[in-house]
Amino acid sequence: MTGKQRAAVLGTGQTHHRSKRTDVSMAGLCREAVDRALADAGLTANQVDAVVVGKAPDLFEGVMMPELYLADALGAVGKPLLRVHTAGSVGGATGIVAASLIQAGVHRRVLAVAFEKQSESNAMWALSITPPFAMPVLAGAGGYFAPHIRSYIRRSGAPVQIGAMVAAKDRRNGARNPYAHLRQADMTVEKVLASPMLWDPVRYDETCPSSDGACAVVLGDQAAAEASERPVAWIRATSMRTEPTMFSGKDNVNPRAGADAAAALWQAAGITSPVDQIDAAEIYVPFSWFEPMWLENLGFAEPGRGWRMTEAGETEITGSLPVNPSGGVLSSNPIGASGLLRFAESAMQVMGKAGEHQVAGVRTALGHAYGGGSQYFSMWVVADTPD
Amino acid sequence: MTDVAVIGFAQAPNQRHSPATTNGVEMLVPIFGEVFAATGLTKDDVGFWCSGSSDYLAGRAFSFVSAVDAIGAFPPVMESHVEMDGAWALYEAWLKILTGEAEIALAYGFGKSSAGHLRRVLALQLDPYLVAPLWPDSVSIAALQARLGIEAGLWSESEMAEVAARSRVSAITNSHALVAGQTSVGELLDQPYVADPLRAHDCAPVTDGAAVVILAGGERAWELCPRPAWITGFEHRIDSASLGARDLTQAPSAASAGAAAGAGRAQVAELHAPFTHQEIILRRALGLRDDTTISPSGGALCGNPMFAAGLARIGSAATEIITGRADVALGHATSGPALQQNLVCVMETRPGDTP
Amino acid sequence: MSQPQPASAPLAPLHAPLEISFDYTRSLGPTLSEFVTALAGRRILGAKASDGRVHAPPFEYDPVTGAPPAELVEVGPAGIIVSWTWTDRPMDGQPLDHPFGWALIRLDGADTALLHAVDAGSAEHMRTGLRVRPRWAAERSRSGITDIACFEPEPPAEPAEPRPPQPPAGPAKPAEPAGPAEPVTMITTPVRLSYDHTVSPGESSYLLALAQGRLIGQRCPACGKVYLPPRGACPVDGVPTQDEVELPDTGIVTTFCVVNVPFTGQRVPTPYVAASVLIDGADIAIQHLILGCPPAEVRMGMRVRAVWKPREEWAIGAHNIDHFEPTGAPDAPYDSFAHHL
Repeated sequence: MTGKQRAAVLGTGQTHHRSKRTDVSMAGLCREAVDRALADAGLTANQVDAVVVGKAPDLFEGVMMPELYLADALGAVGKPLLRVHTAGSVGGATGIVAASLIQAGVHRRVLAVAFEKQSESNAMWALSITPPFAMPVLAGAGGYFAPHIRSYIRRSGAPVQIGAMVAAKDRRNGARNPYAHLRQADMTVEKVLASPMLWDPVRYDETCPSSDGACAVVLGDQAAAEASERPVAWIRATSMRTEPTMFSGKDNVNPRAGADAAAALWQAAGITSPVDQIDAAEIYVPFSWFEPMWLENLGFAEPGRGWRMTEAGETEITGSLPVNPSGGVLSSNPIGASGLLRFAESAMQVMGKAGEHQVAGVRTALGHAYGGGSQYFSMWVVADTPD
Repeated sequence: MTDVAVIGFAQAPNQRHSPATTNGVEMLVPIFGEVFAATGLTKDDVGFWCSGSSDYLAGRAFSFVSAVDAIGAFPPVMESHVEMDGAWALYEAWLKILTGEAEIALAYGFGKSSAGHLRRVLALQLDPYLVAPLWPDSVSIAALQARLGIEAGLWSESEMAEVAARSRVSAITNSHALVAGQTSVGELLDQPYVADPLRAHDCAPVTDGAAVVILAGGERAWELCPRPAWITGFEHRIDSASLGARDLTQAPSAASAGAAAGAGRAQVAELHAPFTHQEIILRRALGLRDDTTISPSGGALCGNPMFAAGLARIGSAATEIITGRADVALGHATSGPALQQNLVCVMETRPGDTP
Repeated sequence: MSQPQPASAPLAPLHAPLEISFDYTRSLGPTLSEFVTALAGRRILGAKASDGRVHAPPFEYDPVTGAPPAELVEVGPAGIIVSWTWTDRPMDGQPLDHPFGWALIRLDGADTALLHAVDAGSAEHMRTGLRVRPRWAAERSRSGITDIACFEPEPPAEPAEPRPPQPPAGPAKPAEPAGPAEPVTMITTPVRLSYDHTVSPGESSYLLALAQGRLIGQRCPACGKVYLPPRGACPVDGVPTQDEVELPDTGIVTTFCVVNVPFTGQRVPTPYVAASVLIDGADIAIQHLILGCPPAEVRMGMRVRAVWKPREEWAIGAHNIDHFEPTGAPDAPYDSFAHHL
């Protein structure tokens, strides 16, 4: 056995995402997603060889390494269990580590689970603990990213309503997704523009909600995929890149780590023109303006021209490159799970299982996540055939 | 499967109170330099980086994000992080070589255990609904485990003290160890309990530190190291979190990981046993031979930098092979309360490698 | 958050206490809710597993089948100690504030053990096999496992003979309905931890200089870039920075946002500007407030200077500069700072 083995998504599952899922424990939240993923794959927990858990900071739930306590509920007892944490990109990294376990030839079937139960605490509290001597947080949640959005607008000359167009689209898409936290079928650009300006240039309706939720994905090797009587999504390529949080010369609008990760991804997947060859994209967009920024960073558009795709409606569910047909992070944001949701939703599109938010004729799709100060990037390409 | 070997290892001095920050940079920069100097590599040669650390050890969310400053991570690097001991970061790094995505991979772990009240912080690893609200500390949990074995006749306080005494003698030649020295079982048993039946010598010291291990695949391993420590078994498992429902005198996860990895062949075993009785549990679970040398570094009882100590065990075991002192060596890591999670890495030399 | 209390001599890295404290609100889900509700009614429930074993405390998911428990059954409330240890110095948050024992306790009718504190007076009174019973918390706090204040030795049975090993409590009886009490669906778990937070040597120099009204950056020996504040290592080259560079307290706004939203810990009334300020001579921007002009007048490229707090308020910390304000000098051209965005 040499080199990389083929791997595929056999099933996906997610919770109903809400601001407070006070009807379940953390284990119950995870199991809701896991049970759906196993059912979707037509498998039982006993058929899983290993479990990979992803979650953002432990301080959010006040549990140190909660995967230790979750081992029983996840059916991991007696099995290998890994816990990934790469900031906001962690859900994506979780999917990639799970894929690596199969691609390396170590396991046949792997369960990836990512969750966040933000209602256990207050994520802003955990994020805003100011260590001694340091400057206290000046601007709150969106205050870190809003200045970079301003930089993008200045650099690209994008019209002011682009962010609102993204937000309105994603919220309307979310209304097609039964699991989404925010489901706003009647959202319009005008309503977004009329919502309060929180961190100028970012308006209220252009920001993601704070959600409880979980996502699970069952991955299998070639034999497991071929044995499945259900549609699968073949993993064509995965990619991860990291750069420092802050350094002299960092491009906060178009970070090189994201661009490098994308270039490596397209090359590994044999994709030469992403905008033509990707049929649907689930991109991590927690603030609306990150859609055009990431379209450029990912190579779907030239630098400074991503907003033109948004403006032309190309990223609508009916457009040439539907972006976030699920409603994306703007409609549901269980932080640790948000990246795996992007990966799972891309697989659902390929498998034809996206229901009301299914994009017609998807054969190849992108799942993308980022985290930290735009410094961690993880992404994959899935398709309906192995190569 | 691609052949993968450990070809480099370095660790920071094990300290009771390091002046370093909790983001690891000050402990990591010197040992990256050391391991690169020893292997002739530079950061540009590393195809994949993976780290292990804990936010609760540091008392801050996202405490690991600045650690990549120690790499000099620009141009960007292929990198990942586990909220686990660096030994599991090494496992992820091993995968990336197996998939062919990297030829050389570097894993590191770091922990400033002294930043908080460690035994109390670790209570947050327990069931958050039924156990953690009582704040049982990690030493007390281990003491409950130790008594179960004593009263079942599986080990004695005297045998536990023998483990401590042997470890401290072994550590005399380990310049990185925090605790070392000649002592006798009698002297140790004269000391008071810290958590009956555990005495101070039964418990790993609170330790700050960091460790780094470099892996290389196939031919590259030979180019970089005349006697690579080839990984022939790399396995990990987890047991139930329910302390009252599982037999704490056993470590089934260590037993099954050890059996799958081929632990019984090891001539040398570096065991990550933060408590003396846990070494005894592990020796039995792993099926080690009577003549297997246990933790020649002194093991975790002589220095237990959280989130780096397991990785350091693998690095120390690999060093036994790289330096020609052993042909088959095992590194072990544990995580969670009462040996809940265990990892075993078996490494061997090969015919034809330079003796 | 406590105020930083510099506790170290100059030149050694600065360190200060860091307290984190939060009351976590945990929703319980059906099984744990039933268990905790019963505790509030001073009854203890276990879960019967598919293999017939009774787990107390209950599992949420069967260890064999992975399914939720079919039924919860009443156990105990008394039981025997299967293992124990002793704590001479109780820690913050533990059940008792005087020396006590920890024990794994197998409650009557259960096959697994529950972890709790035992108020036994001294270690001499602890032993494996000792029968103990719960001491319920004085107040019915509906707080979950802490509704049991601790366990305590059961008074000797009459006649005062050693009690024989407890026979199985017979067929476990189904739990009775929790009664009229409102089900407990949430518990609150306070988590308070204390740390000693240390900053890097470079940042320590920076902070000590700031306490004297000076801005000190450090130059990377490899790339020559000036970092303000200095970091543990140059993030690009991975080498410690050492050469100190004295910098002025003037610079330009590279980018910014106008904060209109109130949030916890905010110190300035909204709206105000949070900006990236590139100090003249530095190669990386710092984050700071821009005051002294209406937010609408703040521009990318605007020249600003530091407004220091009154000297008598200076301390070791980043707070000595209160904010930045416009100098009135002409804006820097966009191209001169575009590469810092």
